[in-house]
Amino acid sequence: MTAQVATVADARSESSPRSLSRALLYTVLILFAIYYLLPLFIMVVNSVKPLSEIQGGNMLSLPAQWTLEPWQKAWNEAQIGVQATGLQPYFLNSILMVVPAVAISTILGALNGYVLTKYRFPGHKIVFGLMLFACFIPFQIVLIPTARILGALGIAGTIYGLILVHVVYGLGFTTLYFRNYYEAFPTELVRAAQVDGASFFKIFYRILLPSSGPIIVVTVIWQFTNVWNDFLFGASFSGPNAMPITVALNNLVNSSTGVKEYNVHFAGALLAALPTLIVYIVAGRFFVRGLMSGAVKG
Amino acid sequence: MKATKAYLISAVLLGSSALAGAPALAQERVDVLHWWTSGGEAAALNVLKENLKKQGVDWQDVPVAGGGGEQAMTVLRARVTAGDPPTASQMLGFDVQDWAAQGVLTDLNALAAKENWDKNIPAALQQFSKYKGTWVAAPVNLHSTNWIWINKKVFDDLGLKAPQNWDELITALDKVKASGKTALAHGGQPWQDATIFDSVVMATGGPEFYKKALIDLDPAALGSDTMKKVFERMTKLRSYVDSNFSGRDWNLASAMVIRGDAAVQIMGDWAKGEFLGAGKKPGTDFLCARFPGTQGTVMFNTDQFAMFKVGANRQAAQQKMAAAIEDPTFQSSFNVVKGSAPARTDVSDAAFDDCGKKAIADVKEAEAKGTLLGSLAHGHAARAAVKNAMYDVITGEFNGDYTPDQAVKELVSAVASAKQ
Amino acid sequence: MRGLEDWLPRLVLAPSFAALLVFVYGFILFTIYLSTTSSTLLPVFDFIGFGAYSRLFAIPNWTVALKNLAIFGSLYIILCSVMGLFLAILIDQKIRAEGLLRPIFLYPMALSFIVTGTAWKWFLDPGIGLEQTMHALGWTSFTFNWIKDSQMAIYTIVIAAVWQSSGFIMAMFLAGLRGIDSEIMKAAQIDGASTVQTYRRIVIPQLRPAFLSAFVVLAHLAIKSFDLIIAMTNGGPGRATEMPSTFMYSYTFTRNQMNIGAASAVIMLMMISSIIVPYLYTELRGEKK
Repeated sequence: MTAQVATVADARSESSPRSLSRALLYTVLILFAIYYLLPLFIMVVNSVKPLSEIQGGNMLSLPAQWTLEPWQKAWNEAQIGVQATGLQPYFLNSILMVVPAVAISTILGALNGYVLTKYRFPGHKIVFGLMLFACFIPFQIVLIPTARILGALGIAGTIYGLILVHVVYGLGFTTLYFRNYYEAFPTELVRAAQVDGASFFKIFYRILLPSSGPIIVVTVIWQFTNVWNDFLFGASFSGPNAMPITVALNNLVNSSTGVKEYNVHFAGALLAALPTLIVYIVAGRFFVRGLMSGAVKG
Repeated sequence: MKATKAYLISAVLLGSSALAGAPALAQERVDVLHWWTSGGEAAALNVLKENLKKQGVDWQDVPVAGGGGEQAMTVLRARVTAGDPPTASQMLGFDVQDWAAQGVLTDLNALAAKENWDKNIPAALQQFSKYKGTWVAAPVNLHSTNWIWINKKVFDDLGLKAPQNWDELITALDKVKASGKTALAHGGQPWQDATIFDSVVMATGGPEFYKKALIDLDPAALGSDTMKKVFERMTKLRSYVDSNFSGRDWNLASAMVIRGDAAVQIMGDWAKGEFLGAGKKPGTDFLCARFPGTQGTVMFNTDQFAMFKVGANRQAAQQKMAAAIEDPTFQSSFNVVKGSAPARTDVSDAAFDDCGKKAIADVKEAEAKGTLLGSLAHGHAARAAVKNAMYDVITGEFNGDYTPDQAVKELVSAVASAKQ
Repeated sequence: MRGLEDWLPRLVLAPSFAALLVFVYGFILFTIYLSTTSSTLLPVFDFIGFGAYSRLFAIPNWTVALKNLAIFGSLYIILCSVMGLFLAILIDQKIRAEGLLRPIFLYPMALSFIVTGTAWKWFLDPGIGLEQTMHALGWTSFTFNWIKDSQMAIYTIVIAAVWQSSGFIMAMFLAGLRGIDSEIMKAAQIDGASTVQTYRRIVIPQLRPAFLSAFVVLAHLAIKSFDLIIAMTNGGPGRATEMPSTFMYSYTFTRNQMNIGAASAVIMLMMISSIIVPYLYTELRGEKK
């Protein structure tokens, strides 16, 4: 953490029976870590076992015979549809969907936050409140009307349609994050720049954007996770050439009849989750820092 | 001004997507929504794909698995609402009728007349594929649900034979239970509970009662003493399942019978694929029999490909697809893999195993006797609302939420409410 | 040019606002309208009155769903908050392995429930999961069959849901803790306050904004939770874990009773509003600095 942010623990007295309480502290933390890691452990362990070992054995035990075949199978030969393609082609669809969706919704969120904090107009709170409420709408109820609009726009069944839907339903969150962040940003700087004749976009680009790093991280992580993991929109609004990986994973896992290859399912699930997992592991540190710098302040 | 540019680019991206979104036109293609994504099913469907390819038709696959097609039906709603229906969609039972009533399905009568569908497809199936006298869907197969699957070794060791009636079934199950094994392998999911219910209603009340209660939804039949007896028998069967049954997938229940941990499973003919997949042979390792007391009747469900109204440029391919589905060679090769009987009665049974031959013969017998009846559990007896309302009661009773007495009353009121 | 500069901020905001007006509020109105029609398979545009609501409340499953939401929602919000806060305080004690532990607590948020639900289902299944493992280890009297028990199944959903979200809540509290001025802490310690007292009297009250944010995030997740139930129990055993979201989905899309599904959606929206609107009101009004 940055040096100027002192932790609460700094204030603790240094003379307490330190070693004992430390040991207790670590024990508790390790117990929690086990609770959190258990499902991941189950998934990983069972993704490197032959199927016979899963059917006959205990799901918590380590494999007697290690194999990477389920991973290979999930990636390029598992049955997703009529052809046994594995998850591979769908991975690309998800990337093509998630990158523009996250980029556009983040940019729009930043601009919205900028306007809502630095260019206030009468009724700006109501506008913000109305936008924020969008975060809370259950997605099941918007399926049918959204389909109608996508059809009218001529982008039903395409990746563009999915991008549009994810941008729209992500706007509430991205606007919220940036608005709360910019709320704490000194307005005097903006006013001074205005006096100097800087334009709307120039102020945004030169003054606000350079210090927006933490909140961009939070927003991108949040949006990336939500868009990547979405199943409902992905299934409903994607045609033959736009199916995201979650839909493919569902086809792999939820096939109606036939032998369930659980090892392949878990390997596939881990493959599908890899991008988000990596994002959380690599950027998790910045995530907390970003939340700290404004997102949790109401 | 780079920021302006970035914003403009994003705006252009959003706007231009409307133009770029128009699908490229292939020469001939079919866009098929289905939920057959497991190895065997997909392999079977792949035969159709290859047949069409030979005729120059490109297959665009839209697989959406989950919930026995429920997920796919949600997707279908979105696509039809968007004005972008698939060429064909896999569909079950009354769904075909419901979609036809919306006026979105196309007319296949010319093709049906040319290829003699009226004569070769059983009348009981036709009532699902035709809407007001017009063919709107091409049936692929005929599954039947009143089967029991027996681990032969477990039965042999206890000196048991395939039961022929309810009492023999109970005697057999008692013996297995006493031996310490699980007598009845079952997965507690509403549709599986209902699959058993189908057979018990038929075995208890006979085809007349089945039709009156589950197809005509006659309140007197639903509320009758016979129905109470059905629920009592369900409770009896409940006593033979292991404590761990709820939520179990049906194929895991099959695996219990395959391994010999359990003796009997009551399940449709798709279960056969599990046994064959595990390398077991019909007649030597496992037995397939009609649910005791239902020989001579067949409760069926049929997978259909409903054909949607599509643009003129896609109609030729659509007709080719419908014709390819009803091709007897395809019907045979598909259903051998799928475990079902062909939807046409003029398909040779030469390629089928013993269970498959029996299924084909049973269908013919039942059709002649008028006892080829739609399965409630699989949406071929009553429409979705009523079916699910019945599921609630059946599952509730099976899990002990209702006594048989209460269940009968609940059944009558649930059906009445769902019929509105 | 000056005129454009004046209007530019509002022009920038306008597309987002317009999109949300249509995609959120337009669709809410559409849903309300739908609940008064005779729609079954697809929307039908007629008006038959508000009968769908009385039919909705006559359906036993709906009552079960509401009861389950009450149990699930309250336990989920309380447990996530308590665990999130507890973990955040522990992590904030200058932990050596913070960089390792934080992603462990956070990663569940990154996974979709289509398959983590399966992992939980297995773990909780007495036949292949924890119970069987304990038996294999020699503790044969151990029983844990909640997921198969219609009285207890809803609590297994709570366990998995808390697993998924509590790490995120921890991150929010951790961020809150790190934002507290350490001078205040030091002053309290000089006055002789113990660590526990310092936290209870000084630190936790300052976390009020974090609590509020956490509450809103959790409350809406509770009402919207869907994938988890589908993956773990699919509403079973029987209908014991039915929730409003699964109810709405099944009536709209699988039971072909779209008007009843729409009516249940309207009730859900009313529940969400009753939580969110007061929150928005206090938050936005109190901001007069």
